Amino acid sequence: MSRNNHHYGTRTVIFIICVLLAVLSLFPFLVMIVNSTRSTTQIQQHAVSLIPSGYFLKNLKILLGKSFNPAVGFMNSLIVSVCATALATYFSTLTAYGLVIYDWRLKRAYFSFIMAIMMIPAQITMIGFYQMVYKIHMTNNLLMLILPAIASPTMVFFMKQYMEPALSIEIVQSARIDGAGEYYIFNNIVLPIMKPAIATQAIFTFVSSWNNLFTPLILLTNQKKYTLPIMISLLRGDIYKTEFGAIYLGLTMTALPLIVVYLFLSKYIIAGVALGSVKG
Amino acid sequence: MKKKKKSGYAKWGYIFTLPFTIAFCIFSLYPTLYTAVIGFTDLKGIGKTSFHFLSDPFANFRTILTSPTFHTAFANTIGIWVLNFIPQLILALLLTAWFTDRRFKIPGEGAFKVMFYMPNIITAATVAILFNALFGYPMGPVNDLLTRFGFISSPINFLVKKNAARAIVIFIQTWMWYGYTMIVLISGVLGISPEIFDAAEVDGANGWQTFWMITIPNIRTILLFTLVTSLIGGLNMFDIPQLFALGGPDNATLTTSVFIYNQAFKGSYMYNRAAATSMIMFIVICAASIVLFWLLRDKDEAALRRVERENNRKAHKSGKEAAR
Repeated sequence: MSRNNHHYGTRTVIFIICVLLAVLSLFPFLVMIVNSTRSTTQIQQHAVSLIPSGYFLKNLKILLGKSFNPAVGFMNSLIVSVCATALATYFSTLTAYGLVIYDWRLKRAYFSFIMAIMMIPAQITMIGFYQMVYKIHMTNNLLMLILPAIASPTMVFFMKQYMEPALSIEIVQSARIDGAGEYYIFNNIVLPIMKPAIATQAIFTFVSSWNNLFTPLILLTNQKKYTLPIMISLLRGDIYKTEFGAIYLGLTMTALPLIVVYLFLSKYIIAGVALGSVKG
Repeated sequence: MKKKKKSGYAKWGYIFTLPFTIAFCIFSLYPTLYTAVIGFTDLKGIGKTSFHFLSDPFANFRTILTSPTFHTAFANTIGIWVLNFIPQLILALLLTAWFTDRRFKIPGEGAFKVMFYMPNIITAATVAILFNALFGYPMGPVNDLLTRFGFISSPINFLVKKNAARAIVIFIQTWMWYGYTMIVLISGVLGISPEIFDAAEVDGANGWQTFWMITIPNIRTILLFTLVTSLIGGLNMFDIPQLFALGGPDNATLTTSVFIYNQAFKGSYMYNRAAATSMIMFIVICAASIVLFWLLRDKDEAALRRVERENNRKAHKSGKEAAR
């Protein structure tokens, strides 16, 4: 009985700590959202308030009156993220398929190589990458943010781990007997089997591509090509220095869609994080 | 016959991995080698692409390694990573222990996980600028709360105080990543076979003992994974320090990635020095990962392999002797 009471006490303490951490997670975003509807004067008098005010449209006018253009940033980010995700998932699955189903001489060496390059961060090679792109006059071309996704070593590794137990060679062989070509088998039989793994990986590739700041910051100089994180970095500059209402609104416009999508997909995303860590 | 058929399909292995190979060579291998080469040249100045090798090939590396600014950046990077990783891991381990302990079922566990992980999904650029606004002076939200509840009498200008700015960057990193680490660790614990925990319970182990003697040793691989990925991420930290305080005040939040960016794309556009710094960081990352893998390698497995090798050698020897 006393043991149960003891657990009850511990449970309460744990619960309170969890509530505090949850508040810590939500509070900054709450302040951001509420302040996006308040005027700069109101914010300067009392920066924390839980009551929205009526200055949303006025803030919007100030925000859009300068170089911050969320629609352009949103569109460019969408193009880059969708294309990069499609390429990364398709070609990573294809590469994993080539490694799992076929026997070729360099197979083992190839896989060891993929394992070795998994840890190389893109930032380290950025100077050479920039010089290369600059030489071929492609710095403001979104393709340079998309095409590198074809070679995503971490995802190949994950796909291979998932494919090995999920895909049996018999399925492939019986399709061959029915006269299906290798491409046809991959596109029509293997891809559907890999759907759950592709969905998980697609979410994370999309998010990391969407949030990427470093590469676009270096490559893009044309405002019409700016992705959303670079648009966001404009809010840090001198042009909005004292327009707090507008800054909070700009931040809200970039964060709120992510928060909403996250809350809808949170079940899959959290399961995906857990899965990725165990397998990869 | 069978062999012939196999080799007939083998070409598809090469064909299907070809796009990866080509993309890797163009977008990863070539830039890496190019970066390494640039480190030995005089390439600088906006819009320049032609270069000459320096008569003293290691001049850039020497300049960087003796530069006090690089020392500051390196110390900051390591310091910020260590000081964010320790609380992050402690918090994640605590939450893992609580959420996986069968004796206390925490109500709303799923909702807590969703909320703890949320900061991780938001664009780091947004988070950095949001915190810059939250810690604003004189009347940012944090100053507002601290003065309203009487913790401080007059507002503090956090963004010009070196230690405060550094502490905030560390806090942001911890805040963004502990939820991720927690989910990863929980999935590791759930992967442990329940029989081990049953056995521990039968043996009368308390929660603390179970955690240290069963849980931690069994998630060693996952801990290594967390440590290595966090270290690599930490050594490349860019978005938060760059956008929170532009590496300032007085270089207090300058990380090596911000340093590389400033060298190459600000001021005199010294691509050569930035490339040299990148290569130095590349070597540091490789060395650190190898050391971590070695430190946390599966000791039992390594011992087993050693015994096996020993046996092989003995067998080999005795075979030789027998042959003689």
